[in-house]
Amino acid sequence: MYPGRFRYEAPRSLDEAITLLRDGGDEAKVLAGGQSLVPMMKLRFASPELLVDINGLPGLDYHTTQADGSLHVGALCRHADLEWSALLKSSQPTMAAAAPVIADPLVRNRGTLVGSLCHADPQGDWAAVMLALGGYVVAQGPSGKRVIALTDFVTGPFTNTLARDEIVVEAVVPPARGIRSGGYLKLERRVGDFATCGVAVAIETDPASGAVTRAGIALCGVGGSTINAPGAAAALAGEPLSEESIAAAADLAASAAQPKTDHRGSAEYKRHMVATFVIRIAGGAAADPNTLAAGKAA
Amino acid sequence: MTVVYDDLGDEAAESDVPVRRIKFSINGAKKVAEIEPRLLLAHLIRRGVGLTGTHMGCDTTNCGACTVLVDGTPIKSCTMLAVQVDGHEVTTVEGLASLSELHPLQEGFKQEHGLQCGFCTPGMMMAAKGLLDRNPDPTEEDVRWALSGNLCRCTGYQNIVKSVLWAAEKLRAEG
Repeated sequence: MYPGRFRYEAPRSLDEAITLLRDGGDEAKVLAGGQSLVPMMKLRFASPELLVDINGLPGLDYHTTQADGSLHVGALCRHADLEWSALLKSSQPTMAAAAPVIADPLVRNRGTLVGSLCHADPQGDWAAVMLALGGYVVAQGPSGKRVIALTDFVTGPFTNTLARDEIVVEAVVPPARGIRSGGYLKLERRVGDFATCGVAVAIETDPASGAVTRAGIALCGVGGSTINAPGAAAALAGEPLSEESIAAAADLAASAAQPKTDHRGSAEYKRHMVATFVIRIAGGAAADPNTLAAGKAA
Repeated sequence: MTVVYDDLGDEAAESDVPVRRIKFSINGAKKVAEIEPRLLLAHLIRRGVGLTGTHMGCDTTNCGACTVLVDGTPIKSCTMLAVQVDGHEVTTVEGLASLSELHPLQEGFKQEHGLQCGFCTPGMMMAAKGLLDRNPDPTEEDVRWALSGNLCRCTGYQNIVKSVLWAAEKLRAEG
């Protein structure tokens, strides 16, 4: 299979890339890891007239913690960089759990977190993770940078709120208010398949009282878009984690899911798995806030 | 280097085919190519350079038969544009052996019967090469994890894993 014909540009600076996008109009696309875009172009689901390859841009492959404790992930940081990151393992349990279960190892060597957010696939893992963490992206355009909260960024299936001449230069997780715990669990039929369901839970607790200072829960694969479940997260907040609060959050998360019955399972089954995953992740966090709820539900 | 394209009807009639000139190395040999940006890396390797050890299995980023190393990192060459290797190093399965000797990975697949039909084998070896370069002493679990993006339709995974562990041991013994 071949992609349709397109013009290819590989700019050496961000300004040059933004100018190319501005001049390219609606038919221009940014190419980062290409692990979703190239397959879509081969299937002719996407036929951009101009491809702006940002892989040659310097200084975007970082992921780092700033002095205030916020985590910054550059536009060219690959999934594999995050999978093997000691920084994530020690400070970002939800992200550390998600990174190894993105697609497969070969795709993880190319694909990027920021690209995944921009692609906004309803079954994309990172959008759920970043929603649960209260994350945001930094978009750069001709007139400078602006911050877009994930809740305002992914607005539907394959839909984000970038202007056509803007590039997301980094994704950011704000500093934790207390001890971070949580995790990401995904049910998939085999490695690399789209998620039957995926659940991201991020919890921050006060080290003295044990009360949950902030919680986030988000879902993928169980609706026409990534689903944020703030109501379910609210059930965890305010008090120390308890069996009752976790059960309430699990029920609310299952209600927030909008699964459809398909070859990956019935809607009822997927809803049940959402609740189960919330209980597993939050239950693990309650048992030991320093334990990472890792991996998939094998 | 000449690349012959499939005639896709409507599009082939267009006169202004965009062509780019790229320089890259493949298995240590320096190459210059004039290609359309939409050419996939797998096609550059197979049709352009003529190295057919890199297989195309699914063409949909699922099977990993087309795995090659780009700057030492295993990737699926059906999901990367050939223009993107401009200035980079590509290694294919043909780059593993020396003239007189098989690479320990190839020897391992022979010793442990790591292949049946052999179609997935080049991809398996290149993904395994990526693993062993990073982790010379992998556990069985590490091997299974690293190969989880490569499908074997003969379902010969057991012996594939054994082959990679055999190669790891050989490489460690050789120092």
